[in-house]
Amino acid sequence: MSDALSADLLIQGSYLLTAFLFIMGLKRMSSPVTARSGIVWAGAGMLLAILVTFLYPGMTNYPLIIAAIVVGSLLAWWSGKRVAMTDMPQMIALYNGMGGGAAAAIAAVELYKGGEHGLVTMVLAVVGGLIGAVSFSGSAIAFGKLQGLIKRSFRFGGQQVFNLLLLVGSLVLGGMVALHFNASPAIITGFFVVALVLGVTMTLPIGGADMPVVISLYNALTGLAVAFEGFVLGNAAMIIAGTVVGSAGTLLTQLMAKAMNRSLGNVLFAGFGDTGGGTAAGEVTGSMKPIEAADVGVMMAFAGKVIIVPGYGMAVAQAQHKVWELTQLLIDRGVTVKFAIHPVAGRMPGHMNVLLAEAGVPYDLIADLDEINAEFETTDVALVIGANDVVNPVARNDKSSPIYGMPILNADKAKNCIVIKRGQGAGFSGIENALFYLDNTRMLYGDGQKAVAELIGAVKAIG
Amino acid sequence: MTGIVALYIFMLAAFTGYEVIARVPVILHTPLMSGSNFVHGIVLVGAMVALGAAVTPLEKTIGFIGVLLAAGNAVGGYVVTERMLEMFKSSGARGGGSKGVH
Repeated sequence: MSDALSADLLIQGSYLLTAFLFIMGLKRMSSPVTARSGIVWAGAGMLLAILVTFLYPGMTNYPLIIAAIVVGSLLAWWSGKRVAMTDMPQMIALYNGMGGGAAAAIAAVELYKGGEHGLVTMVLAVVGGLIGAVSFSGSAIAFGKLQGLIKRSFRFGGQQVFNLLLLVGSLVLGGMVALHFNASPAIITGFFVVALVLGVTMTLPIGGADMPVVISLYNALTGLAVAFEGFVLGNAAMIIAGTVVGSAGTLLTQLMAKAMNRSLGNVLFAGFGDTGGGTAAGEVTGSMKPIEAADVGVMMAFAGKVIIVPGYGMAVAQAQHKVWELTQLLIDRGVTVKFAIHPVAGRMPGHMNVLLAEAGVPYDLIADLDEINAEFETTDVALVIGANDVVNPVARNDKSSPIYGMPILNADKAKNCIVIKRGQGAGFSGIENALFYLDNTRMLYGDGQKAVAELIGAVKAIG
Repeated sequence: MTGIVALYIFMLAAFTGYEVIARVPVILHTPLMSGSNFVHGIVLVGAMVALGAAVTPLEKTIGFIGVLLAAGNAVGGYVVTERMLEMFKSSGARGGGSKGVH
């Protein structure tokens, strides 16, 4: 009796400490100075919670639990250590989906077990299971898309109606289970199958450019699912951690959607480019004017101020290390160099920051859109590497464009704008970029890494 | 835990999450998303409890999968977040770059 009581006290006390460590960890992660210690704090909290859970009264199946933890941990450790920084977004999607799947699995075990749960508990178990299952299969699709396993967006007529029917279907089945109307294993299985299919059909039509927002949304959803299942199990650590992630993730998702000037509903339910009339290629006048690397090298070497605008193309070309090498050369020559990062450059918010950090670029050289946009007018050279839609001036002045209203980096206002680009095609969204045709813009064609290497050579040649 | 207490926890935690993230610079959005992804790996604790109470082969199978997935979430989330944050340095620490740049 007193043993069970003290065990319970130890468990609850440890969970309280875990919740504290999680919140402090996240808090520390929200400043670049303390960020590195933040994950260690959170990790210590996690370890404590896991260890103390082994003391839970009435636990069985210890060999199974330990085997599952060991196998799952080793696989995740192995994959997490060797993934390239460029592929980080899809790995986060994958791990996030696993969390959602785990929440759904908890719901499934509780529901199949049946028993005397109250109405609220049953409803939360079902809703958490639904959200978790959608997050699981949806994140898997997001992973497939970003990894290049799923190449195109699947759309068919009446897709939204179909998704709505699936949602209603899963709610009806879930309702039957929750209200004890019919909680037979067949109905429960049907509920989970429909929820999993919903996650797939919801995510398939969403374009790759919108994936950052979707991953962030699924991250928030998984948090919510975890919180709901925590309620079902009476586990305060899960409720707190899950809810904190749920609300923080929702805020993060909103910030990202806002940065693209689109509502969340628009991202989820309107295929990109399907909305506006689109920009016909004929509307952009002028021609793209090519330039040689040697000329750009001279231009940059004798510039007073250079702003570099990286995009996903830099990540694909793995050019970040070369870009930093070029930057150091220029700084040594007395040129002021800054990096301008659009909130949705890359495949995740802050994706470019991570890649530049990987290359060793100090974070105080990197500026957000709000900080730097006014500076373009006093800039001699804006160097755009693999970015496209985020510097497209049509977002500012063409009302018929699908990206109209999206805040962009004003690279077009720099005295000279150099665009490093692989070929002459349009960007991810398929919209023609008016920047490329401006009088002060020159195109440097070629693979990002090679082009920057040529620039380095050109600057060095000046001596 | 009574329902109403859980509701209080839910409400306060929601505000906490909002406040913690509210003034974050864009530079940290990805690591933070990754970090919060790690934090909901706490689902592992629930999955352990669920598997620990599983009786039938079906419950045990689902519970096993649950613990496996949750462990992947927690460990994978930690590893990638740590790798990302390790790279953040200010220009004061410029000389000691993590990888050979030249």
